[in-house]
Amino acid sequence: MEKFTTLNGTMISIPTENIDTDQIIPARFLKVIDKNGLGDNLFSDWRYNADGSPKPDFILNTEQGKKAKLLVAGDNFGCGSSREHAPWSIMAYGFRGVVSTGFADIFRNNSLKLGLLPIVVDKDTHYQLQTLIEEDPSTTVTIDLEKQTLTLPDGRTVNFPIDGFSKSCILNGVDQLGYLQSHADAIAAYEAEHGSRVNTLAD
Amino acid sequence: MSTNGSSKTLFEKIWNQHVVVAESGNPAVLYIDLHLIHEVTSPQAFTGLREKGLTVRRPSQVMATMDHGIPTTPPDIPITDQMVLRQISQLEKNCEEFGIPLQGMHSDHRGIVHVIGPELGLTQPGMTVVCGDSHTSTHGAFGALAFGIGTSEIEHVFATQCLLQVKPKTYAIKVDGTLGNGVSAKDIILNLISRIGIGGGTGYVFEYMGSAIRALSMEERMTVCNMSIEGGARAGLVAPDNITYDYIAGRKLAPQDEAWDKAVAQWRTLPSDEGATFDQEITIDADALGPMITYGTNPGMGMGITDTIPDPDSVKDVSERQTLDKALKYMDIQPGQQLLGQDIDVVFLGSCTNSRISDLRVAANLIKGRKVADSLRMMVVPGSQDVKNQAENEGLDVIFKEAGAEWREAGCSMCIAMNGDQLSPGQYAVSTSNRNFEGRQGKGGRTFLASPLTATATAITGKITDVRTML
Ligand code: SF4
Repeated sequence: MEKFTTLNGTMISIPTENIDTDQIIPARFLKVIDKNGLGDNLFSDWRYNADGSPKPDFILNTEQGKKAKLLVAGDNFGCGSSREHAPWSIMAYGFRGVVSTGFADIFRNNSLKLGLLPIVVDKDTHYQLQTLIEEDPSTTVTIDLEKQTLTLPDGRTVNFPIDGFSKSCILNGVDQLGYLQSHADAIAAYEAEHGSRVNTLAD
Repeated sequence: MSTNGSSKTLFEKIWNQHVVVAESGNPAVLYIDLHLIHEVTSPQAFTGLREKGLTVRRPSQVMATMDHGIPTTPPDIPITDQMVLRQISQLEKNCEEFGIPLQGMHSDHRGIVHVIGPELGLTQPGMTVVCGDSHTSTHGAFGALAFGIGTSEIEHVFATQCLLQVKPKTYAIKVDGTLGNGVSAKDIILNLISRIGIGGGTGYVFEYMGSAIRALSMEERMTVCNMSIEGGARAGLVAPDNITYDYIAGRKLAPQDEAWDKAVAQWRTLPSDEGATFDQEITIDADALGPMITYGTNPGMGMGITDTIPDPDSVKDVSERQTLDKALKYMDIQPGQQLLGQDIDVVFLGSCTNSRISDLRVAANLIKGRKVADSLRMMVVPGSQDVKNQAENEGLDVIFKEAGAEWREAGCSMCIAMNGDQLSPGQYAVSTSNRNFEGRQGKGGRTFLASPLTATATAITGKITDVRTML
């Protein structure tokens, strides 16, 4: 879990709606047993030519992309598969948050476990962010997780939702597993009461 | 979650029975009965356990298999992809070290994780089932709360047999009436997703109900529940009934004898109570359904097989218009046209949506005495080695081979195109799988999703075909 408190940084925009995890990280890059090198394959099919050379005009191949801390993306971001390789690769590239009008459930869950912020904003703010990036790519915004705010250059702040539990884990950089482990006694009591509903070892 | 007095939905009953701790302000600690794992999303979770010095709390509630990356070529052809080999041997090592049963390369029961769970009798009503795979929703066909999780969550379940979950809302999908000839379970779910969109179920658990759902076999119910995630819902449920119990009875790892009677008695208490209410609902008229096909690059871009491709110019919302426009460009198809008659290069019959014995029977029945078109390649990939053996016992393999189709080993295959089974750039496929995302079936490949019947009819003519003209 990577700790996140506040961030001031530049953004890039990939406004396509329904960006699925097969676009974020194509399945052929899932044949790994660790998390190394995933950042290089982020958006691979949009980012590289058939011969493997980077497409110079694709945003992730530009200096602007490499410096950005926030990805502004179209609605229903991260739909499709449950692969955690998607948020892993987004973080490995260098992003600490994704701003969209909506996220797919599993992607959002996975991101919150890692400290990658899924920031939901309304349509108007989303549009304004895209316009700002277009007008001046060096525009920065500020994210304050404690206050749950995104502050635009004109000083306007918008609130974004996040569940209190994930928020405190991310603010403190604490893995969610610790909370589960702290309930070991209750889990043991549940098991004692209910027994196992399956036994995969019975053969 | 809304309820009417003490009336509860199926979902709510399962949820309540599995909450271990519910502290206000925090997500619930939810107990997990069955944890299925495969080679692609589990390795980093095992690494996490090792780094933290943890063990797997309940190996007897975990089942492992290999499906995503393994080749579907004959078993005597050695695997040459070093990365796939490494994932396979890593899973073997992990299962050995942590005491987890594995349906490995030499098991007769190996197969797609969502095919073998039910097949072995592991998936049962009222359970919570998770897997590092979004199509875990398949198991909801048994009235189990089943959903896909990420690798961090796999580690959580390994270590504690529990997950942290925020309670989802409920969505009733009512399908009444009778499906016409040539119309199948796949068409129900493709129709639903085309209506609510791929984000329409986000935050919800579906419960499928109504006379058309009751009439479906277990395998057909699995097809429907499988694609719940394509509508954005992590889980989709069907209340258990005698069809469910008949399917489970006598399976290898199902309860036996006294335990069976006890289990069935408990399962009978699960269906949603009279008067239970849902947060959202939609109705589908089964009588009005025809075969469905997708035209775009997500499963929500679907239409009746005789309909015409929608025109981006008629879409009001700017971003929706751009999305549709981009999809049609990728697919290289024209608005206002029908898809009927579109030339197809590959037909893929397989995946956890449609690779069970009944899917193969339906397809074999149609192709028997006919031939796969010369211009086209048809791949038939059974969902598990058990399905494959059963099909061979029934002679289905011979029917497919005589027709000119490829009869392959079990696995995910071209559903996800990790194992070399894939489209070439620009090729068109009609596929019985569940995702038509850009490049899903091979970089630059283009996918039309449809039922096994539509796929088989297309294989015969070489062009997208309305199967009703062949029945
Ligand atoms: S068949 Fe396809 S959708 Fe199903 S588990 Fe395999 S890769 Fe996933």
